[in-house]
Amino acid sequence: MITELGHFALILAFMVAIFQMIVPLVGAHRGNAAWMAVAEPAATTQFLLTAFSFAALTWAFVTSDFSLNLVTANSHTDKPLIYKITGVWGNHEGSLLLWVLILTLFGACAAWFGGNLPPTLKARVLAVQSSVAAAFFAFILFTSNPFTRLAVPPFNGQDLNPLLQDPGLAFHPPFLYLGYVGLSMAFSFAVAALIEGRVDAAWGRWVRPWTLAAWVFLTIGIGLGSWWAYYELGWGGFWFWDPVENASFMPWLIGAALLHSAIVVEKREALKSWTILLAILAFGFSLIGTFIVRSGVLTSVHAFANDPERGVFILLILCVFMGGALLLFALRAGAMEAKGVFSTVSRESGLVLNNLLLAVSTFVVFIGTIWPLVTEMFWDRTVSVGPPFFNMAFTPFVFALAVALPIGAMLPWKRARIGRAVAQLVPAMVLALALGLFTWTVFTGHSILAPIGVALSVWLVAGAAVDLWSRTGRGAIGGRVARLWRLPRADWGKTIAHAGVGITMFGVVALTGYQVEDIRVAQAGEPYRVGAYEIELVSVEQNVQGPNYISTMGHIAVREAGSGREVALLHPERRVYPVAGMPTTEAGIDNGFTRDVYVTLGDPQSNGGWAVRTWIKPFANWIWGGTIIMALGGFLSLSDRRYRVAAGAGKAAPVPQGVPAE
Amino acid sequence: MSAGIATLRRTGAACAVAAMLALAVPAGAVQPDEVLPDPALEERARDISAGLRCLVCRNESIDESNAQLARDLRLLVRERLVAGDTDAEVVEFVVDRYGEYVLLRPTMTGSNIALWLAPAVLMVLGAGLSLVYIRRRAAAPAPSEAALSAEEQARLSDLLKE
Repeated sequence: MITELGHFALILAFMVAIFQMIVPLVGAHRGNAAWMAVAEPAATTQFLLTAFSFAALTWAFVTSDFSLNLVTANSHTDKPLIYKITGVWGNHEGSLLLWVLILTLFGACAAWFGGNLPPTLKARVLAVQSSVAAAFFAFILFTSNPFTRLAVPPFNGQDLNPLLQDPGLAFHPPFLYLGYVGLSMAFSFAVAALIEGRVDAAWGRWVRPWTLAAWVFLTIGIGLGSWWAYYELGWGGFWFWDPVENASFMPWLIGAALLHSAIVVEKREALKSWTILLAILAFGFSLIGTFIVRSGVLTSVHAFANDPERGVFILLILCVFMGGALLLFALRAGAMEAKGVFSTVSRESGLVLNNLLLAVSTFVVFIGTIWPLVTEMFWDRTVSVGPPFFNMAFTPFVFALAVALPIGAMLPWKRARIGRAVAQLVPAMVLALALGLFTWTVFTGHSILAPIGVALSVWLVAGAAVDLWSRTGRGAIGGRVARLWRLPRADWGKTIAHAGVGITMFGVVALTGYQVEDIRVAQAGEPYRVGAYEIELVSVEQNVQGPNYISTMGHIAVREAGSGREVALLHPERRVYPVAGMPTTEAGIDNGFTRDVYVTLGDPQSNGGWAVRTWIKPFANWIWGGTIIMALGGFLSLSDRRYRVAAGAGKAAPVPQGVPAE
Repeated sequence: MSAGIATLRRTGAACAVAAMLALAVPAGAVQPDEVLPDPALEERARDISAGLRCLVCRNESIDESNAQLARDLRLLVRERLVAGDTDAEVVEFVVDRYGEYVLLRPTMTGSNIALWLAPAVLMVLGAGLSLVYIRRRAAAPAPSEAALSAEEQARLSDLLKE
């Protein structure tokens, strides 16, 4: 019964979405206030209905209602409760429902918090947002209905894929979707502005928090996914340039570009049409990502068609929204007259360079991702484009971005002197060069890219610190420190996010450049040396019973090589999930600030030993630490006073002249 | 493999990284009995393996893969190296048998030239456009504030006050 109600609510939400996409738009066109005003209650209703539908599906999973096809295929009574819940989005249909739930949530948020938006713009934004929702409601109801019943319910389910029964992976889709779907708000604002025919500084200020929030969630989602890959896939890789990963990386890159260009619109009223284009493209890449992931067309070029019907439907959505928005852009972008004038050397130019590098690198990733499809279609040539290509093609952009970032961030608006910014950055430069040289001379015999990467990441972090310090003005140290704490949160957010980029970069460089690997047959009780550590296989326990799996568990002691002091006792596992019929590996990891010791257990050998692989991974955790710091910077910036004030009401009393925001 | 595909379809799009499903079979990639006694040769073998695709996996090199076919290929690579082949000869040997699909780093021949040139071409184009834009902004006359209506101006200053 609850299931049917959930299904019904979903259909109702679809109807409301269609209503909301037409009536306010017509109202805005005709200047009919009542027709425009219906958008708000409609957005709320749409969200509540979708939330009810999602709750109904969750209920079916929690109570293990195996009369539902989806529950049977993805759940099992023995599964821990937490994975019954996360199992709701651990499949195509359920995850799509989560997708639209978040989409309607964003729409509702725009209705709730958009109090100071001009009524026509607000009506148009909500209508465009609702048109996206309507497309996805149709997609769910017509091709991927989560509420289909089975005529003969089985006694138990087929279990969720064991790989998804893991906290890192279970919680990364919601974050990714918050990111993907958050970019739909920027898209809706862009299309609404094109219909409106006007983009001004206020528009930039409205768009930026949505984009920032989406980008922050995307950062967390990608970070979680990468962290999961690191500890779960059994050899400590953290990024594979897989099409599905690229699908989330492209919106992230474009989102980062949009984030920065919206600043130029907000502060200087320049880069308007470019920002609109970026907002359209950012959501376009989200849709392309969805298409890549759901159609299976790229991840499985040769062997099997995943589901052509679904792929075609998403392609259709992509074509309609991108085609429509870009057409509108072509017709209207000319009207977006830029106002701000700036000289060749200025913060504006620095942000143009930022956008250039981010946008071009996005397209490089895009071309690399779809290239196998292109060659197969046009030249009947099956090629692979793997990590070696992406590493070669993408790294120069990262390096260029890292070199330019601290300088660009220091340049004042309108007119700047590069010499002045560089002079302030001399200490950061010296520190970066010194540490780069140190790495190069101490750790010889590695790629030259590693010390360069170290120097650049130090440059980024130190440059961010210098930037923040320079904002405190002149005078005695004491006064400057006091002023440091009074700086707007946006300034802190900027510094912290930029430093986060440097920290992640450092982790990546250190891990790829200097990790130590050991592969061998280990005999119980015979210690051996790897790097600065002594590893000993103590014992292997077989048939350890877990809640819904059976495990072979190794006990491996890690000691300091010289002193013999025990550092950790690790328990790498090999699990078999009998219901799903799938084996998984669980690495044993000793996480540390400067290194991870990472061991996996392999096959038993004929001479009684076990295959054991050991890695010493320097500064591995800095990769994800940096992403958390980036996200934190984004949140800080998001909580800046001007957004809170702007979000309140247009009528807010004028604030006494304080420190100018920029 | 078909079981793997079925699970794949089931978890499907759930999450970006589920793509690496095929990776997560126990026992890690290079086995102790494959490792060559000569460390220099072994290092070359690892480098070559990292650039060869595992044909039955999803986007994985034979160096990372646990599939039997990947193991066979790793052994083949090492066999050729021990026999005295250069790195290029080993790769050519594998490509002759399995086609250029095994190369994770696409060759710079034929249509692939477009792929390899794309980053540089896009960068030059983008840089040119950016430069034109910046030059134009630098040369543009300062705008008159009259472009805004009184109401717009009030709203704008209200918002920008902070």
